[in-house]
Amino acid sequence: MEFNAPAGPNLFDKARIVGKPTPRIEGPLKTTGTAPYAYERHDVVPDQAYGYIVGSAIAKGRILSMDSAQAQAAPGVLGIVTALGTPPVGKPATNNAPLFGGPDVAHYHQAIACVVAETFEQARAAAGLIRTRYERAGGRHDLEALVPGAPLAKGRDGRPDQRAIGDFAAAFAAAPVKLDATYHTSDESHAMMEPHATIAAWQGDRLTLWTSNQMIAWSKAAMAEVLAMDPAKIRLDSPYVGGGFGGKLFVRADAVLAALAARKVGRPVKVALQRPLMPNNTTHRPATIQRIRIGAEKDGRIVAIAHENWSGNIGGEDGENGSAQTARMYAAPNRLTANYTAQIDLPEGNAMRAPGEAPGHLALEVAIDELADRLGIDPIALRILNEPQSQVPGMPERRFSDRNLVRCLREGADRFDWARRQARPGQMRERQWLIGMGVAAGYRGGPATRSAARVRLDGKGGLVVETDMTDIGTGSYTIIAQTAAETMGVPLAAVSVVLGDSDHPVSSGSGGQWGAASATAGVYAACVSLRRKIGERLGFDGDAATFADGRIALGKRTLSLGDAGILSAEDSISFGPFKREYDVGTYAGHFAEVAVHAYTGETRIRRMLAVCDAGRILNPLSARSQVIGAMVMAAGAALMEELAVDKRFGFFVNHDLAGYEVPVHADIPHQECIFLDTLDPVISPLKAKGVGELGICGPGAAIANAVYNATGIRVRDYPLTLDKYLDRLPAVG
Amino acid sequence: MRDHPDYSLSRRDILVSGAAGIAATSMTEGAAVAGTSRPPDAPPAAAVAFKVNGKARKLSLDTRTTLLDALREHLKLTGTKKGCDHGQCGACTVIVNGQRINSCLSLAVQHEGDAIVTIEGLGTPDKLHPMQAAFIRHDGYQCGYCTPGQICSAVAMLDEIARGVPSHAQVDITANPEATSGEIRERMSGNLCRCGAYSNIAEAVAEIAGSRA
Repeated sequence: MEFNAPAGPNLFDKARIVGKPTPRIEGPLKTTGTAPYAYERHDVVPDQAYGYIVGSAIAKGRILSMDSAQAQAAPGVLGIVTALGTPPVGKPATNNAPLFGGPDVAHYHQAIACVVAETFEQARAAAGLIRTRYERAGGRHDLEALVPGAPLAKGRDGRPDQRAIGDFAAAFAAAPVKLDATYHTSDESHAMMEPHATIAAWQGDRLTLWTSNQMIAWSKAAMAEVLAMDPAKIRLDSPYVGGGFGGKLFVRADAVLAALAARKVGRPVKVALQRPLMPNNTTHRPATIQRIRIGAEKDGRIVAIAHENWSGNIGGEDGENGSAQTARMYAAPNRLTANYTAQIDLPEGNAMRAPGEAPGHLALEVAIDELADRLGIDPIALRILNEPQSQVPGMPERRFSDRNLVRCLREGADRFDWARRQARPGQMRERQWLIGMGVAAGYRGGPATRSAARVRLDGKGGLVVETDMTDIGTGSYTIIAQTAAETMGVPLAAVSVVLGDSDHPVSSGSGGQWGAASATAGVYAACVSLRRKIGERLGFDGDAATFADGRIALGKRTLSLGDAGILSAEDSISFGPFKREYDVGTYAGHFAEVAVHAYTGETRIRRMLAVCDAGRILNPLSARSQVIGAMVMAAGAALMEELAVDKRFGFFVNHDLAGYEVPVHADIPHQECIFLDTLDPVISPLKAKGVGELGICGPGAAIANAVYNATGIRVRDYPLTLDKYLDRLPAVG
Repeated sequence: MRDHPDYSLSRRDILVSGAAGIAATSMTEGAAVAGTSRPPDAPPAAAVAFKVNGKARKLSLDTRTTLLDALREHLKLTGTKKGCDHGQCGACTVIVNGQRINSCLSLAVQHEGDAIVTIEGLGTPDKLHPMQAAFIRHDGYQCGYCTPGQICSAVAMLDEIARGVPSHAQVDITANPEATSGEIRERMSGNLCRCGAYSNIAEAVAEIAGSRA
């Protein structure tokens, strides 16, 4: 099915299942520990051996020698795969750093060996017996020092990533009110709870990987590239993924080494990345430095806005573009965005939840707050005053499909009791706590991409949906079941959903906030095909019939769905060129209230609210969880998360969950999330956009603005740890 | 001071016995075996017997095997999760003799005679424990990987409150603690959830505790 015009009225407008708060259909498995994650699949293949990865002890240089004789002789050891004994597997197109093989070391904790033994304890002990000699090379590890020489990044069209509209320099120079501020965001780690893990088994020249991965088709192709084999001979299976956030979009060393090691020892091998390897071995969100300049009239109208961004990555490309959202925000006639990427010798930077926009909002939405403060205008009023009308600023050919950001801000202000906020900072106090309120706008694109599924009547009243789509906690199982149940007119309980298996039709996968919109549309397309097939078999027009309550009605004639027997259909949704006329986005108003301890500087979040505009909300229960979960991650970025760079040796020092602090229960208060009742007919037949990344775009800035409102201190260097402002707190006593 | 019996306890004794009170610990059979000589290429094995979810289990284990790996790799009880293997995340929380512990931080052979309850012992998909059902109702999870640990932790945590075990969040440490929002959040902070389901988890736990999150 090609979606080639905005959706008109359709069956989802009278939905009985889609759009209703629905507990996750896999909930009973997850809460009882019976949902199988990659490393736990004892039942899929017998005789599994244990692999244990060794990471490089240097950040850059060469391996001179590896002595694994002692390890090889250790109890239980079945075999060792070493970097020196393996030609480089290279890096698949989606990766920015080599995964394994050869003497060259590109980053700290790059995998250099995998020891396989009968037991985990034996593999771990033997891994410690490998003696590796290195020749360390110098590297560039300090982003700040690399900024002056960093070139413009390559944009999507291959041209330098810089965009100018009007005359920024002249308009900024002439503006009566100006802001020129520079913000720093830190390197961040996905830190998903389930480590990257894979069980690999060969049957002749065929390979099966039970793994933990967000993008099955990409990763199947990547493994074929790494192993130089026919992708048709590789199967990936990833029905449960213990968190991804972008960190499992691409294959990692666990999959590569499990496959190589299983071939070497002639047995299935299972490998999980040790937690302390994860931050340096895998990907991270690169740090950014962002300079924002805004010129405004005294009435608050922005006349000039510039957002320049610097980040680094190991290959000198694919950095973190904090200016990503700025083209869509604030209707200034004179605009400049520019994105520079330095080559930096740190582990691989790559996508992490809302790449670009997440740190971008930490700068842009604080700059707007600073401007509001300077103008003496309420920050919500300032945003509304500068909201673009109907089209992307400077792009008359791209009109907004459905944008209700102003409603988000207004309804949020009501709900959050924004009127209580004191514009002058430091005015609200409860005993020893300074209280502040902050707001930020949120924007993230609403992409959708080709996605396929197969649906099957099992002849026993059940409907089975099969697709390689993944559920990384996002709620895919449930929204797919809801979509199929709605379209086929069967109860939710009659639908079973099989996900994550590369033998099934290729879906959008989970990433970039496109999964919910794309995968449900693909399932809808397959169901429409099935309805037609049922019609053909039973002799009616499947498109004209009504499917409800397990029955098919066409005029006075009704049939039972069961009469169709066993039948299956496969189809995909693809998206036509009409979409180019539109800018499809998701929008939010984010609010936060914090308390900063007047004596110690400790910051506590007291309230958080997001009001979201993302079209139809397929499952308000799990969508809310996506948003509040993203708000937690945003709180982490604002207040505590930072991979500390050792600039001498070039690695992330705090590479485990004790050193890399993520929010815990005590850091997060009760959170509110409200969805506007909007529909976006341009996104898909379901008129529903994703929300998983919208939720991380803005809350961090709202928290930072609340800290300023509480204390009068503006910190532009994230995370806002108390050492950065303690000495500037208002005098006490 | 040194003569005072309270100060003769080792740090390990305190860790083992936890906050519930100081109990006598005895050398386990496994610990005794570990020090004896053995052939160079046989792993140092020891026998251990404990109860898991009410069922008696006898294992011969490499003495380096954690309780977590004994459960996951030997008994195939994979509901207990390995998130960090270092006591930093709480995904491996199980209930031993009524107290929650990080099973990755103790060796299996330390648990001779112990009664261990894992997520599988609390309920099954067809017969959910009330806490499991509350997590589903409140969507107190997303990816599900920290969930068994959260649930085991929550069940044992409410029992700690009922037993009057104090916490950092209490204003008056001598008063009986209550399952308030602040107490629940403080006491659950050893269980990380990167999906950020905290607000929903707190509500699920509060519902079971009969309080407000």
